Amino acid sequence: MTTYSGVGVTPGRVMGPVKIMPPAITAPPAGELLDGVDPAEAAAALKTAARAVQAELRERAGRASGDGKAVLEATALMAADPMLLKAAVKLIDAGASAQRAIWDAGDGVATMLLNLGGYMAERSHDVLDVRARIVAELRGVPAPGIPDWAEPFILVAEDLAPADTATLDPALVLALVTAGGGPQSHTAIIARSLGLPAVVAAAGVTELADGTVVYVDGAAGAILSTPGEEQAAAAAAWAVQASTLGSFDGTGRLADGTEIPLRANVGGAKDAVAAAAANAQGVGLLRTEFCFLGHDTEPGHEEQVAAYKGVFDAFPGQKVVVRTLDAGADKPLPFLTDATEPNPALGVRGYRTDLTTPGVLARQLAAIAAADAASQADVWVMAPMISTAAEAADFAAMCSAAGLPVPGVMVEVPSAALTARHLLDAVEFASIGTNDLTQYAMAADRQLGPLAALNDPWQPAVLALVKATVDGAAAQAAAGGTTAKPVGVCGEAAADPALAVVLAGLGVSSLSMTARAIPAVSAVLRTVTAAQARELAELAIGARGAVEARAAVRARLPLLAELGL
Amino acid sequence: MIERNATIASRVGLHARPAAIFAEAAGDLPLEVTIARLGEPADDAMDASSILALMGLGAAQGDIVVLRAEGDGAEEALETLVRILETDHDA
Repeated sequence: MTTYSGVGVTPGRVMGPVKIMPPAITAPPAGELLDGVDPAEAAAALKTAARAVQAELRERAGRASGDGKAVLEATALMAADPMLLKAAVKLIDAGASAQRAIWDAGDGVATMLLNLGGYMAERSHDVLDVRARIVAELRGVPAPGIPDWAEPFILVAEDLAPADTATLDPALVLALVTAGGGPQSHTAIIARSLGLPAVVAAAGVTELADGTVVYVDGAAGAILSTPGEEQAAAAAAWAVQASTLGSFDGTGRLADGTEIPLRANVGGAKDAVAAAAANAQGVGLLRTEFCFLGHDTEPGHEEQVAAYKGVFDAFPGQKVVVRTLDAGADKPLPFLTDATEPNPALGVRGYRTDLTTPGVLARQLAAIAAADAASQADVWVMAPMISTAAEAADFAAMCSAAGLPVPGVMVEVPSAALTARHLLDAVEFASIGTNDLTQYAMAADRQLGPLAALNDPWQPAVLALVKATVDGAAAQAAAGGTTAKPVGVCGEAAADPALAVVLAGLGVSSLSMTARAIPAVSAVLRTVTAAQARELAELAIGARGAVEARAAVRARLPLLAELGL
Repeated sequence: MIERNATIASRVGLHARPAAIFAEAAGDLPLEVTIARLGEPADDAMDASSILALMGLGAAQGDIVVLRAEGDGAEEALETLVRILETDHDA
């Protein structure tokens, strides 16, 4: 039995065969020539490969349904498209190798579609996907992307990109395991939103052979090859557990009745409707990027109003906290961010894009205000990447000008946590984004697998910054003789039930997470009183390191082990 | 050479599903059919069986396109294709 250990990001114990995601197809060398191969033979080989890819995509379309089916059918047509193949054959006749010819022909078509903008620009990705599949076929290697397999499997990959989510079928994927990535990587975020058990940064795991049956423990961060009866029993017990831990009654509270509203992080109306159905107490983080990503230009007023209203309408009478556009670093946008920045995480991103491209934020606030006026939700607005009290005051003034009465700030930069008292003079609430706060406190890129241990929100330094923010709110209130302004947490940390207890103990007033995590977090919060939560928070913040903090807290929460969380 | 004009009926224009339906039908024909926007030279016309060419054409609802084909059965073939373009496949 071989054990691989990584960082557990979503709890769950499952057993199943692994399917290894093939690596991305690399470009054939620029200028690669036929090198003696007969052009007619090369062209014939290319056509055969294209038809094979088309047949495979058609076969998949036959098994798909709805939008997915239509996309696969159109993609199948592209695979053997006469225009694409003619362009490639022309290049072969001019001396290029078959692989290089289809690569360049695909580039040309993708660029043409990209230049058309809008819907066509989005289809350019399909052309590039088809091109990679044809090259894979010519090379005799597996097609790139999530493996297509009819039986449920454990997906093993080097790392996953946001685009892979679209093709990941949660009904077929039992768990996600990656060799790279950190606890805040896209893989982790995808896994949490789909509620799939997941382990990241499990070095060496891609050496497993396709089809090997393994056991994955998403809470412990372990993968065992050739599991025995003990693991089979644990997986069976988890399956029962998961079905009983499935619902939330709509009130987040501790054992002594102290209320901690549990809200959902959403990225669009569809998520919001699902979150409302899961009884989330509003939205603690509406990521507005969904409205902008994939756009080459800024979306118009009406388009934005409709998109925001779709989310607000899912929560009439409840709070919806909107985060203004957070572009930059791992979420670049062509009309806002500079792709050539040497250090994008420390660059012009989030609220800072208002410095270089003024107007976009003001127009977004106007659209949020219009959607607010047309809906029943209690809309709060916050800016990402605020570092100083002056920025907070400027943002509050912009909100006021737009007619939005409750401005707030995200606390992601350590300076914001340390000066929360002054920031809260200007705004009405703070929401801690633990993903970025951890990355900046530890100076560790959240996408890097080797830094996963640093990139852990259990790091006592991160917890100290959470405490500094809560203390800042208390100091601000004491100075003015008022009650403290709310400080929430909307990072992935809130989805870890043990860490949620610590955050509650540190004085955080609400938690927001992917809707799927709410039932487990609620169940664990209800087993501790406010006084016990404070004790656990002290244990964690006083620990020597992240591992010790987590271990000390988990040892005092036996329910976690019982539930397999 | 036979020519037929057709007005795009689908609300999304000639892409997505309507383009796939049309390209597939054009590809099934035993002869070559080209498509161009009304007023564009015949030399710039594109292969009607290419979904990528159709997408590149960017024809919206209400736009008029010209279909051209030569040879036996060209007339019937174009009639079939015109009917496809003049049907709203999103309805």
